[in-house]
Amino acid sequence: MTIGKDHHMSTVSAADIAPTAYAWEIRADGLRVRAGRTRMAVDGLDLSLGTGVHGLLGPNGAGKTTLIRALATVLRPAGGTLELLGESVDGRGEHRALRRRIGYLPQEFGYYKRFTVREFVEYMAWLKEVPKADIPAAVQRAVERVGLADRADERMKALSGGMVRRAGIAQAIVNDPALLLLDEPTAGLDPAQRVRFRQLLQELGTDTCVVVSTHLVEDVAAACTDVVLFAEGRLVFQGTPDELAAAGGPEHVGDSPLERGYAALLQGSAGERGAW
Amino acid sequence: MSVEHASARTIEAYARGATGLSDDEVWAVEAHLEVCPVCRDRLTAAVGAGVPAVASLVDAVWSGLEPQVAAAPAPPRRRRRPAWLSRWATPAMVPWLAMAAAVTLAALLLDLLGGSPGPGSSGISPVLLLAPVLPVLGVAASWARGLDPAYELTASVPRAGLQLVLRRTVAVLAAVLPALLVGGWATGVMVAQWLLPCLAFTTATLALGGVVGVTRAAVSLVAVWAAVIVAPTLADGRTAAALRTDGLPVWGLILALGLGVVIARRGAYSVLGAHR
Repeated sequence: MTIGKDHHMSTVSAADIAPTAYAWEIRADGLRVRAGRTRMAVDGLDLSLGTGVHGLLGPNGAGKTTLIRALATVLRPAGGTLELLGESVDGRGEHRALRRRIGYLPQEFGYYKRFTVREFVEYMAWLKEVPKADIPAAVQRAVERVGLADRADERMKALSGGMVRRAGIAQAIVNDPALLLLDEPTAGLDPAQRVRFRQLLQELGTDTCVVVSTHLVEDVAAACTDVVLFAEGRLVFQGTPDELAAAGGPEHVGDSPLERGYAALLQGSAGERGAW
Repeated sequence: MSVEHASARTIEAYARGATGLSDDEVWAVEAHLEVCPVCRDRLTAAVGAGVPAVASLVDAVWSGLEPQVAAAPAPPRRRRRPAWLSRWATPAMVPWLAMAAAVTLAALLLDLLGGSPGPGSSGISPVLLLAPVLPVLGVAASWARGLDPAYELTASVPRAGLQLVLRRTVAVLAAVLPALLVGGWATGVMVAQWLLPCLAFTTATLALGGVVGVTRAAVSLVAVWAAVIVAPTLADGRTAAALRTDGLPVWGLILALGLGVVIARRGAYSVLGAHR
């Protein structure tokens, strides 16, 4: 065997070809997660997600961010069970091995303004325990994938909002995650960047379980293999974008079939509260 | 791990265009060459010695590329921050640490200029009053949601938790202790007399921070310190009993208790709660 320590990222390692011991990357059963002290933002969620790009859709305040935080293991479930990559996430433990395989872009993506893009992604790679020898190559690859290679040595404070988002996506994918969680990643991207980003999502979705939270229905139509509609902490609908479109009729509000389907399904649930 | 290198016969045959090698041998030798600089050197030698056609081809390609390589702009050599530094302290901590050091030196200067009583008297030493509070500010800055922009990202990484807490705490102490050491030496205070309260407050902040959030813990501890020790000391004009040598066992106990709580609750630093 020549699979040694100094092999390149492109070579196949034993871990890559090992069979997975789980059926679903994400499995939630009656999951309850608290936001703040009292409010149960995710309340009895049953969900199974495998490889692919899953669009997490829902009105503001539906609990999308809380759910993504629970999937990123920064919030502990208050009840029910949550299994990520076959590992049960409960109140105990630090889940180091699991976290090495998760990529996470929070909604409020904070960064250090004085760092260059490369320094920042390198720092995140170190925090994610990427082996030291692999860090420079992994950083370069991540930066290239989001199209920031020519700006990699500029400071973060010199970047536009869209570029900062892309740097955020770069740090999320730098550890080649098996589970990628992106909370509102398209906020601040212009239309051309959005198209490019959807291509990247589709690329990543071939071998990764990607969960993208968004309130933009058109993001879902273009990039997602699967839609998860979420309202008031519960699952309202799970299916393909086509199935979502089929749920709506001409009597529902919306400018596209998907929007009409979205409106129809939310009407069926208690989605009208707080609408304007 | 011992690696089996390709035989000289295989290398030579490969240099001649893989004549006499079966497909699986070619495959194996190429996979090996990718990762083995020793065999790449042997291949170069074999090509140079025995296959003039390939050698001249390589030379022709290189002479074509050389002007482009020479003309390519050198990568910008920005003065990079040393990577090890960000592994110990975040940029968010730097102003706080600088402030802590400056406050110590300012207090010391005032003390010396004000002509306070010399060593051994019952006068108030600023080092004793400041020592427990200074590291608390730095610890708060390294974990606070409002002060560290990347708090949520940091909480989600595998390295989050006790290890990172201890790293950052050590960084804080490394910045604060020298200043206090100078102050203690100049005013003639015994090292243990300020070091123990200093460490006790640091661990207490972390221990309490795991429950109510580090910022709140820091604020309440500083308030308690000001109310219980600083105010009476300034009012009476003499060192409080807790700061004299007979108080040391109590500080040692608090330190041990704090350490115990921090270790027992190490999981708390890898969720969002400790960042409030």
